[in-house]
Amino acid sequence: MSSQVAEVNLKKLRPYGDIMDDGTVQLAFTLPVEASPEAREAAVLLTQKMGFEQVKVATMEKAANGFSFFVIYAKLKHTIDFTQISVLKVDAPKRARDEVDEIIRTQIGRKLIVLGACTGYDAHTVGIDAIMNMKGFAGDYGLERYQWLDARNLGAQVQNEDLLKLAVQEKADAILISKVVSQHNIHIKDMKELIQRAEKMGLKDQLIFVAGGPRVTHPMALECGFDAGFSVGTKPSDVASYIVEEFLRRRSRRAGKKEEPS
Amino acid sequence: MSHLHLDQALVKQCRNLAREIARPVEKLIDDHTTVAIERATLRLIGIEGAVQSNSQWVPQVNLIIEDLQKDGVLGRGALYWFANGMIQTKMSAVDLGEAVAKKKLKLPELQQAPEKEIREKALNLCQLARANLVSQREMRDSLRSELKDSFDPQGKNGPILYVIVATGNIFEDVIQAQAAAQAGADAIAVIRSTAQSLLDFIPHGATTEGFGGTYATQENFRIMRKALDEEGRRLGRYIRLTNYCSGLCMPEIAALGALERLDFLLNDAMYGILFRDINMKRTLIDQHFSRKIIALSRIVIHTGEDNYLTTADAVENGHQVLASQFINECFAKHAGMTEDLMGLGHAQEMDPEHPDVFLLEIARAQMTRDIFPESPIKFMPPTRFKCGDIFYSHLMDAMFNFVGVLTGQTIQLLGMPTEAMHTPLLQDRWMSIKNAKYIFNGAKNLGREIEFKQGGVIESWASKVLKDTHGLLSLIHQKGLFQAIEERAFAEVKRTETGGKGHDGVIPRDSQYLNPFFELL
Repeated sequence: MSSQVAEVNLKKLRPYGDIMDDGTVQLAFTLPVEASPEAREAAVLLTQKMGFEQVKVATMEKAANGFSFFVIYAKLKHTIDFTQISVLKVDAPKRARDEVDEIIRTQIGRKLIVLGACTGYDAHTVGIDAIMNMKGFAGDYGLERYQWLDARNLGAQVQNEDLLKLAVQEKADAILISKVVSQHNIHIKDMKELIQRAEKMGLKDQLIFVAGGPRVTHPMALECGFDAGFSVGTKPSDVASYIVEEFLRRRSRRAGKKEEPS
Repeated sequence: MSHLHLDQALVKQCRNLAREIARPVEKLIDDHTTVAIERATLRLIGIEGAVQSNSQWVPQVNLIIEDLQKDGVLGRGALYWFANGMIQTKMSAVDLGEAVAKKKLKLPELQQAPEKEIREKALNLCQLARANLVSQREMRDSLRSELKDSFDPQGKNGPILYVIVATGNIFEDVIQAQAAAQAGADAIAVIRSTAQSLLDFIPHGATTEGFGGTYATQENFRIMRKALDEEGRRLGRYIRLTNYCSGLCMPEIAALGALERLDFLLNDAMYGILFRDINMKRTLIDQHFSRKIIALSRIVIHTGEDNYLTTADAVENGHQVLASQFINECFAKHAGMTEDLMGLGHAQEMDPEHPDVFLLEIARAQMTRDIFPESPIKFMPPTRFKCGDIFYSHLMDAMFNFVGVLTGQTIQLLGMPTEAMHTPLLQDRWMSIKNAKYIFNGAKNLGREIEFKQGGVIESWASKVLKDTHGLLSLIHQKGLFQAIEERAFAEVKRTETGGKGHDGVIPRDSQYLNPFFELL
C-alpha cells in the first residue's frame, strides 16, 4: 500500500495539502483598494510574485470602503532542504518539578533566587504569571511552588534599571522577563537595553537572563544578549529545568577555570 | 425577564453588605480632594491649553495645581484661588490660566476679595461649565435620535458590537474605526498607549506615536468624535466612542469625555488599584468626582471586573467579580448615577478544556444579567487561553458570541482571532464583526425561548457563585474594603492603603473648601 503514496522528500520539502508534495498554502491579506476585478488581479499577481503558482482566490470580500480582503489558496514553487536545517534550541534536559527541586537540594544546597517581571511599559502579566505564580499553567505548577526556588513575581511595568538594582540587592541567580504587547519592536529595544545595563553593571555573567513571550524566540533572545528565550506554550518546568541546568553548567565552567594555572 | 431562580433574599443581602462596605469609603471621599479633581475642575471651566517646556507640552492645569499644592493652599480648592484671581485681574479664565501657568503671577499672592464675592464668581463659572456640558449632552442625544440607535441598556435588542482600535496614530485609528463601523461595529474604543494610566497629566494635542495604543488627549477625542459622527451620518447609524477613564487622570478624562461627547468610559477605581497599583484612596476619591461628571453627561461607564478573571482562575473566582460589581454599583449610586449608566463588566475566561465549560459560562453570564436587570452588562471576550492558532481562536469567539446573545448581554467586546499576537489588523476586526453578526442574528431570540432546568448544572452553578459572593462580601465587610484588598480579596493581588502611585496627590479638604461642581453635577 505504501508504495502507492509518495514518500516525503526531505531534500526538497514543500507544504502538504492532501497529496504529497502538492505545495498547498493558504494565505489571507488585505489590499488598500476597493474590492474589484482589478483588486482581484492585483492579489493574484502579488501572490505569484511571492513564489506561488495555480493561485486560486477563494474569496474577495469588501472589508470596508477602499479595502478588500482576500483568502487565497496557491501552490508554492519553492522547496527547502530539510536535512540542512539547524536551529538554536534551549539546551537543557526537560525535568519535572520534583527532579529540579532534588537537583538544587543535593547539588547546590541553597535556594536559587529567581526574579520575574513584565518590563518596560508592558502591563500584560499573563505570561509571567503563568510561569511564576503558584498555580502555574496547564497543570504545570509555577516557580513559586518549587521548594528550592525563591521565585518572586514583580508584576507589570517594572523598569530595567529597578529590576537590576533589585537583582543585586536580592543576590538573584536568574532574571525572567516577559514581553507580551509591543509596537514598533519596542520589546526588542527594551530587551537589549536590559542587557546593556547589566553589562555596564558587571552583572551579565553573574545572572541567568531569560526572556519569554509570544514574540520571543530562543535565537531572537540570544541576539538580544539573553541566555535563553521561551515562546508561547512554555511550561514553568521548562524554565526551571533550564535555569538549574545553566546554573550548574556555569558553576562547572568556573570551577574548570580555577584549575587553570593563572 | 429573569431566567434563573436565584435566592432573591441573598441578592438583597449582598446589596446591603456592599452598601455597608462602601459607606466608610464614601466618608473618606467626602473629606478629601485630589490634584486630579482640582485639575479637572479647571478643565471644566475651559483651561485646556499647554505650555511648551523643553520639547514637551505641559498642560496649564498641571502647572497651576502644582503651584497651589507647593504653596500648601490646595485644601481650599483651586477654584477659590482661581475665581479670586479673575476678580482681581479682571482677566478671562483662559487668559488667567495662561498667565499663571507661565508664572507671570501667583494666585495666592493676589489680594483676596470678600469670601462671598469669590463664592459667587466660582458658582457662576461652574454654572456656565455645567450649561456647556448639558448642551454637549443634548447635541449627542439629538444625533442619536436623528440616526438609528440600537443601544438598549437591558440588552433587549441583542448585544451591541464593540471593537477596539489601537494603532498609536490617531489618524490611522480614524481609518480603522470608520472601516469597523462600515463592517457593522456599533461602538469603537480607542485603546490608550500602554501605561498612560500612570501619567499624572494628560498629553496635549493630536498624537501619532504610542505603544500598544493611542494617547487619550482632548484633541484626539475631538478628531475621533468628528470622524465617527461623519461615518454615522453616512451609514445612518449612531456610532459610540469609548475611552479609558481610569488611572491618575481619571477625573480629567471624565471632564474631557463629557466635553467631547464620548458615549462610554471605562471607569473603575478597583481596576487601577489592583492592576495598575494606583493608590486606593487617591483613585476612589478621583472616581467619585469623575462619576459625578459622568452622571450629568449620561455617559455609560464600563467597570473592569473582567480583569479579575484574567489573573485569577475564572472557574474558581466568579464570586470576586460579582462582589466587586455590587460594590461598584454602590459607588456609582453615591455619585448620582442611575443603573442604566452602569456597564458592569465581566468576561468569558474559563479554561476551554474545563468539563461543561459553556454551562458554567452561561450560568455566570445569565446570573449577571438577572441580578442587574437594568444595567448595560459589558461582556469581555476570551484572552487568557488564546494562542497563535487563529482558527481555534475564532471559534472561541464564536462561542463567546453565542453565550453573549443567549444571555442578553448588552455590550459585547468582540474577541479577535489574533488576540495575544498583535493589536487588531483591519481584517481581524472584519472577521470578528462578521462572526458576531452571524450569531447575534441567528440566535437573537433564543434566550426568550428557553428556560434553564431548575436545580440543573447551570442554575446550581449560578447559585453557588451567588453564595460564595455573599461569603466574600461578609468577609470584606468584617475587615473593611482597604484591609480586604490588602489581604488579596480580589484577583489574588495585594495592595496597601498608603502604597501605590499618586498617594501624594490626596489632599484633605479645608472646612472652607470651595468647589461648586460637587453640588451642581
